[in-house]
Amino acid sequence: MTPATSAPEVHVPDPAKRKLAIFIVLACTLLVAVGQYLIKLGANRLSHAGLVATMIGIFTIPQLFAGYCLYGLFTVMFVYALRHGELSVLYPLIALGYVWTTITAVVAFHESMNPFKIVGLLVIICGVGVLGWGSGGSK
Amino acid sequence: MGEWRLEMTTPVSSMVLVLIGSVIGSVGAIFLKSGAHAVNRHWTSIAFNWRLAVGIGTYLVSSVLYVKGMSNGELSVLFPLVSLGYVCTLVWSRLFFHEVITKVKLAGVGLILVGIAFLSLGSR
Repeated sequence: MTPATSAPEVHVPDPAKRKLAIFIVLACTLLVAVGQYLIKLGANRLSHAGLVATMIGIFTIPQLFAGYCLYGLFTVMFVYALRHGELSVLYPLIALGYVWTTITAVVAFHESMNPFKIVGLLVIICGVGVLGWGSGGSK
Repeated sequence: MGEWRLEMTTPVSSMVLVLIGSVIGSVGAIFLKSGAHAVNRHWTSIAFNWRLAVGIGTYLVSSVLYVKGMSNGELSVLFPLVSLGYVCTLVWSRLFFHEVITKVKLAGVGLILVGIAFLSLGSR
């Protein structure tokens, strides 16, 4: 059985809720970025740990635990947003995460910034803007 | 001058892992969305929601594949492969949820892909 046949009838979404779904996903990308940052911090503390030690580490290392909790929160909010918005809009919006990740890498982990990265970030922001604005409420 | 030789420092296995990961991730989104529509006020609609479970499961699998693929290989090669998942999602959205793929959506996703390509060039 494919998801399509068992999914409920496609309902016409309420524009206000559709807009809310877009904002939720955009906020979620920030959540994931913070989560990634925490996981990276925590992962440094188990550099050569095996699989079991890593699994235990997720519960005993506060940064790792907090990071994965944020991932969980992201999933819950993303599912809520998917209820009210279109998949073809909400899924690509996650690309905004690239912007936060790059900024975090430069600010917190001192990776280099260069013109290509700056252009990339600006173009991604434009794309997210077009997608969000064009499919939000204005239709 | 003459610095244009092509170096293959990213193993094909990493590319395949990341590619499969991004496709699996986009498939997971189909299950998450159809599962999300099945949620109602009753707690069993979440606890026994097999579509949500499959969706979360595929996400976990895709993230494992990403981490394995990303661990050896250049981000500048692997990043654009991840973004292929967005293109897949447009196809799935139309196929499974009958969403309309407007020009605005194509433009938005197109810009995102171009942006990721630039970002990749910057992370060489």
